[in-house]
Amino acid sequence: MNDAVMPRRPDEHGVPDPFPYMHPTLKDNYGNWAWHDRPRPGVLHHVAHGGDEIWTVRAGTQRQMDVGTIRKLCDLADEYADGFLRFTTRSNAEFMCTTLDKTGPLIEALNEAGFPVGGTGNSVSMISHTQGWLHCDIPGTDASGVVKSLMDELHHEFTHEEMPNRVRLTTSCCQINCGGQGDIAINVQYTKPPKINHDLVANVCERPAVVARCPVAAIRPAQVNGKPSLEVDEKKCICCGACYPPCPPMQINGDDSTKLAIWVGGKHSNARSKPTFHKLVAANLPNNAPRWPEVAAIVKRILQAYKEDAQAWERLGEWIERIGWSRFFELTDLAFTKHQIDDWTGARQSLNASAHLHF
Amino acid sequence: MTKKSHDTPLLDELKSGPWPSFVEGLERLAKDEEKPGADMMKDLLGQLEHSYETRRGYWKGGTVSVFGYGGGVIPRFSEVAADYPESSEFHTLRVQPPAGMHYSTKLLRDMCDIWEEHGSGLIALHGQSGDIMFQGCTTDNVQPAFDDLNKIGLDMGGAGPALRTSMSCVGHARCEQSCYDEVRAHREVINGLLDEMHRPALPYKFKFKFSGCPNDCVNAIHRADMAVIGTWRDDMQVDQEEVKKHVAKVGRKQMIDTVVSMCPTRALSLNDDDTLDVDDKSCVRCMHCINVMTKALSPGKDRGVTILMGGKRSLKIGDQMGTVIHPFLKLETDEDYEKLNEFAEECIDFFAENALEHERIGETIDRIGLANFLEALDVPVDPNMVNHPRTSSYVRTDDWDIEAEKWFEHKKATAK
Ligand code: HEM
Ligand code: HEM
Ligand code: HEM
Ligand code: SF4
Ligand code: SF4
Ligand code: SF4
Ligand code: SF4
Repeated sequence: MNDAVMPRRPDEHGVPDPFPYMHPTLKDNYGNWAWHDRPRPGVLHHVAHGGDEIWTVRAGTQRQMDVGTIRKLCDLADEYADGFLRFTTRSNAEFMCTTLDKTGPLIEALNEAGFPVGGTGNSVSMISHTQGWLHCDIPGTDASGVVKSLMDELHHEFTHEEMPNRVRLTTSCCQINCGGQGDIAINVQYTKPPKINHDLVANVCERPAVVARCPVAAIRPAQVNGKPSLEVDEKKCICCGACYPPCPPMQINGDDSTKLAIWVGGKHSNARSKPTFHKLVAANLPNNAPRWPEVAAIVKRILQAYKEDAQAWERLGEWIERIGWSRFFELTDLAFTKHQIDDWTGARQSLNASAHLHF
Repeated sequence: MTKKSHDTPLLDELKSGPWPSFVEGLERLAKDEEKPGADMMKDLLGQLEHSYETRRGYWKGGTVSVFGYGGGVIPRFSEVAADYPESSEFHTLRVQPPAGMHYSTKLLRDMCDIWEEHGSGLIALHGQSGDIMFQGCTTDNVQPAFDDLNKIGLDMGGAGPALRTSMSCVGHARCEQSCYDEVRAHREVINGLLDEMHRPALPYKFKFKFSGCPNDCVNAIHRADMAVIGTWRDDMQVDQEEVKKHVAKVGRKQMIDTVVSMCPTRALSLNDDDTLDVDDKSCVRCMHCINVMTKALSPGKDRGVTILMGGKRSLKIGDQMGTVIHPFLKLETDEDYEKLNEFAEECIDFFAENALEHERIGETIDRIGLANFLEALDVPVDPNMVNHPRTSSYVRTDDWDIEAEKWFEHKKATAK
């Protein structure tokens, strides 16, 4: 066979060994760290049992980076951090410096290059987010744009540690919610059943797969204009959008139907309280690209109330647990509607079966 | 002749402000005429602006893969290619980063060079599953791009009904809270199951995530089918001198308000001499006090992991947190790690054989009941798996005595 047309067999490396790519001080003290503190926002100081020290400078990035941006980060790592860097779960870049002296100039250089330094301790860190219009096949909005707009507004909260506890934000550009749980989550919330493009269904749709995808069995096979298609029982439909990924003709997105909702009180860590899901506090906000000002205004209002009222170390959800939902809606000037009373499986567990009340 | 750029007044608004702008990055790529990706980025910006105008997405899926693997490429074909022809194909390669997301600048620069040559020059660090996402590649260039990435030691991640790319926290590399070797566990478990990642044949996706302690920095409990969380079972380590220093520094009131009163199980008390009294039998290893007093307190010495299973997002039965399957697996020796790998493999086998199509393991467990799942995997029941025993009386208990016997035998066998 002709070698030129024979494709190359992959080397099945799997997860790469990180040690060749790890800062030498981290490698030398692997599994041997003793304690840490934070000399200033954006800087972590770790001390190993043997006495080695490392200062980590954390900088926010745009996550979706052009090679120029990545090379800029590399230049800074080469100059100040011995040629190594790592990334956090929330797309922050971390530079490891062997002396405190190096952190000052590095921070200056990062700021100069447009990277904010922060995201540590009780700050608002970078928003974990999804793809959106840039790359997903089902998005209701553009996660990157929402994130850029919000982080512009929250720049001060990223670069300072002034919150009662850490604040973790997430956004998702459809109701599948790739973004995960957050102290505050900004997610697409559809408000109308899908409009079916019947011409497309006949050609492309695997109808049983679509019927099976609906969580409330609102989709039925039907004949439309003599061709096999689907119909949606609009009374049943909860506008979740789950039928859209397997069946693009189930057009869920639209100006009148793709809205944003805000959820609060989600938490992943086990510190103090168990991990919790975020809860719905505002919906039907306009999908107002390119800056989504209505969303930003509410997020800032919630953060402000939390900042002023919560006690040290209370996460946003724990703060609400203490002050109660009545007070939360009062302090944030948000509405409590019948739509915030859960009616999904297990909903009863979210009802108050006690005479514990907040006035 | 150079291709003209589209006007992008809406996107231009995202260039101002203090946060780094992805739009500026896209424009830099579009303007770098030397590079093959420039025209693709011009049309990509055009299509994105069109999305901002109409508030709709214009990508559809398809099938693209590399030789030898069944997954890992996310194909994207434009639905508006007539207007934006150069970005009509804009596929993503999901590639696994080194465990813990450590990079040398050499590795990053090599990645940039390869992606500039074969792709658009746009790289997301990282996707929500923990992949490096090389975004923007034509169908023809997917194979050469992957070949070059593979040659520098990188490998494809997961997509579709398959084992997905995993994540581990920074842990041992730079965190004193870490209770096990995350890199080792992450690499051994995943690399032992690569076939399930590269040749998708599972009922649906399966994700592992590894956090070194209950702070769970990679959000494993909610976002992984199997969460491996470091913990300890002996007493936490207390340096009473450092406790006293902490009290002296912040004052008794603040110490009590922020540490003692916030312990979820009332396991802490401040003694009259400003030392700390820890009721380790009541401590649930939540990490709070250790997070506040990083110098004075640390996890105990008898370390291992808690395994929780079943975390997932909304689709389709609603969000679920993972729940405890193994309260404690010692994780120190080679045999300990071997046991973890075996358990991971058994779970994947069980999933492959028993889950319905498009069903996550958490849904399978719900469908068959946790007790049946545990029995199938030969895991003994444990009160740590529940918030409390059942409150519903609708249960058949005629073999209660046999089950009770099992419990007492298991207790005897595991007694220290
Ligand atoms: C809730 C129950 C059911 C739903 C929602 C459902 C839905 C569907 C759908 C959407 C199709 C595709 C039709 C097409 O592409 O033209 C289909 C085909 C089919 N269904 Fe069902 N079905 C259900 C129950 C059943 C039952 C109970 C049977 C048999 C006992 C059955 C037998 C078939 C057969 C034989 C076909 C293939 C028809 C063909 O080849 O054109 N279905 N079903
Ligand atoms: C022929 C009729 C039906 C079929 C074939 C059907 C099928 C299904 C399937 C396959 C699931 C997913 C189960 C899973 O994820 O494990 C599901 C879930 C669900 N179905 Fe149906 N269904 C039917 C009728 C209904 C009706 C009439 C209702 C309500 C009025 C309903 C409400 C739900 C709900 C709420 C869920 C989510 C369950 C959960 O959250 O645990 N279904 N159904
Ligand atoms: C073999 C003997 C008995 C049987 C099989 C029996 C059965 C039942 C049943 C099936 C209910 C309805 C439970 C429900 O709706 O959840 C009920 C309720 C009740 N029974 Fe009995 N019962 C028995 C003896 C008694 C006796 C001896 C008394 C009183 C001295 C009594 C007092 C009540 C009362 C007051 C209720 C209503 C309780 C409530 O709703 O809170 N029962 N019984
Ligand atoms: S949240 Fe939805 S729209 Fe956004 S990337 Fe995930 S699947 Fe796509
Ligand atoms: S949007 Fe959701 S509820 Fe409505 S038809 Fe589609 S899958 Fe069913
Ligand atoms: S999960 Fe625990 S061990 Fe891992 S980085 Fe976070 S705090 Fe450290
Ligand atoms: S780790 Fe948590 S549960 Fe244990 S003593 Fe500290 S605060 Fe209490």
